[in-house]
Amino acid sequence: MARKFLSGNEAFAEGIRLAGPRVISAYPITPQTIVVERLSEMVEEGSLSAEFIHVESEHSALSCAIGASAVGARAFTATSSQGLLYMAECLTYASGGRFPIVMMNANRSTALPWNIYGDQRDSISLLDSGWIQCYVENAQEALDLALMSYYIAEKKEVSTPFMVNLDGFVLTHTYEVTDVPEKEQADAFLPGYETENKLDPDHPRNLGFSVGPEHNIAFKYKEHLGILHAKEAVREAEERFAQIFGRQYTGLVEAYRTEDASFVLITLGSIAGLVRETVDRLRERGEKVGLLRIRYPRPFPNKEIAEVLGNVRAAAVLEKDISFGNEGTVFSNVNSALHKAGIPVPVSGYIGGLGGRNISSEEIEGIFADLKSEKRKTMFLGLGGEGEWV
Amino acid sequence: MGINVKTLCKDEFFYGHKACAGCGGSLAVRIALKVLGERSFAVLPAGCMSAVGFNFPQLCFGNNAVISTFAGTASMLTGIEAGLRAQGIRDFQAVGFAGDGGTADIGLQALSGAIDRNDDILYICYDNEAYMNTGIQKSSLTPFGARTTTTPAGKNIRGNLRPKKNMFEIVAAHGIPYAATASIGDLNDFMEKVEKASRIKGTKYIHVIAPCPTGWGIAPDETVEVAKEALDCGLWYLAEYEEGSGMTLNYRPGTFASVEHYLKRQGRFRHLTGDDIDIINHSRDVKWKLIEKNLGVIK
Repeated sequence: MARKFLSGNEAFAEGIRLAGPRVISAYPITPQTIVVERLSEMVEEGSLSAEFIHVESEHSALSCAIGASAVGARAFTATSSQGLLYMAECLTYASGGRFPIVMMNANRSTALPWNIYGDQRDSISLLDSGWIQCYVENAQEALDLALMSYYIAEKKEVSTPFMVNLDGFVLTHTYEVTDVPEKEQADAFLPGYETENKLDPDHPRNLGFSVGPEHNIAFKYKEHLGILHAKEAVREAEERFAQIFGRQYTGLVEAYRTEDASFVLITLGSIAGLVRETVDRLRERGEKVGLLRIRYPRPFPNKEIAEVLGNVRAAAVLEKDISFGNEGTVFSNVNSALHKAGIPVPVSGYIGGLGGRNISSEEIEGIFADLKSEKRKTMFLGLGGEGEWV
Repeated sequence: MGINVKTLCKDEFFYGHKACAGCGGSLAVRIALKVLGERSFAVLPAGCMSAVGFNFPQLCFGNNAVISTFAGTASMLTGIEAGLRAQGIRDFQAVGFAGDGGTADIGLQALSGAIDRNDDILYICYDNEAYMNTGIQKSSLTPFGARTTTTPAGKNIRGNLRPKKNMFEIVAAHGIPYAATASIGDLNDFMEKVEKASRIKGTKYIHVIAPCPTGWGIAPDETVEVAKEALDCGLWYLAEYEEGSGMTLNYRPGTFASVEHYLKRQGRFRHLTGDDIDIINHSRDVKWKLIEKNLGVIK
């Protein structure tokens, strides 16, 4: 194991080197570009043996990865924002075809107005595309997810593509000391990709076919079961990961100081770091506050969220996305989880950080202060808009 | 001895599909796969051939085959070729079959990208001169004057106003290792070109005219005859481009057969006036001047 000073993008590229995809389709877009730059250097120097394909668009990037996966080759691509939206057609193609491609998405705002900075509207708007989605908090988790994502996606009963999300710039371009495992360790963790769901020169198959109204829904049901199976695969991958690398992860969610908490802030991605610091500061003042970080919004942690929020007095969701005309999508999902579990906790919804706008520790303290009223509230952080949503 | 109907593989790889009677596109796919054989990995985007061949549980390809996204024929071929090669598999042919819309419109960017990378794939465009699968809409390979459901022939506008896009020349301009035009009206020529392409490393493109009785307004048993007539009247041509040696014309009719006869036997052109036919004759002559100027010796 080596300790290196790496940005989120570089850490993820190191993780992909260790995972060893056979085909990489590469197309630049800020703030993802550094990932494919590093991978091209790894291929050049021989530390990664992969076909490196310079595609001419993001649509082709994912279409090429689907082709590679359809012949049983481990495939990787990366994108961001407009690129993710441009390849959106291929997202459902990959998930419907049950091709366990891994893609890194550098979370970035979507036009209009143009903006290259981080929010999560790009990937959250595609939660329904059938991909496993994970949001990481730091460079180490990014590297580790590059390895774990393939393990989870390629499990036979899962067979679902996997999108790892890193907040643009805040995470992709921030340097942290990162443990880079040895290739032998990575190989011990991640077996080679074996599948029967492939075109095979010795056993010809027809894939990617049409299915009419009679049978179509059965294919979609199987697809749904596949992504639900990822819950167990995440647990299994993290256990195996801890045994080999000694680092523990916490499944679909990470609960921080929530055991006795009265007020919990739910969020995802890199902002969780600042929330954690704020929680520590408020705890020093005797306030019973906690953080619930959703690591995987798909498959959605309904049970885990209900468990953590079962005894709190109020909770809030802070998210960098909005479903225009309604509310934050994570907020909707959290409310659904609580409703199904019969938990009447008031949950407030805060939209923040759109287009990369800074979220301050003071604003997070303000959310916790608001929660004490135990009233539901929805607003744009720093702007207001309260009461206009219902 | 070159490949011909006598030496052609007896096995069928595209069989039991539900294409229209007299379909030229399905003939092109069937014959090409007989030439390329069982280790072909076929990619077909949304379009007639995928619509008629891939209806679960009735799957009609005897070789490996997959539907791609509409725009993604070439990019999926790239991934398949790279994925197989990365696993040490060598003895195969990645072949795409896309229609005129899938090639010259929505798939052009991905095709250009694949040619630019010189990926080792064969791309066959079966050109039936409109979006036939969706019910006869204009593509950029629909010829001047043709009536389609989006270029109606009325009092003010008489069908499609734009000429066919010059796909063969556009592809050749990339400096591709091999490109050819072909017609299902000359199957020996088509088979030879498919066979030749399969032996060349890098990107190969074959543009085969494949009449569509449904969309063209001809009888199902006229498909091959009409395809031949397009060659004889000079509205299509057989040519090859090879990197290094440039373009070659394969066939030049001694005198052109009647353009009017070719047009008037098809429902899609029946509304054309004498003036319209003069325009088509003139553009045919201009095109052949360019062909004879740019293309080398007739083989």
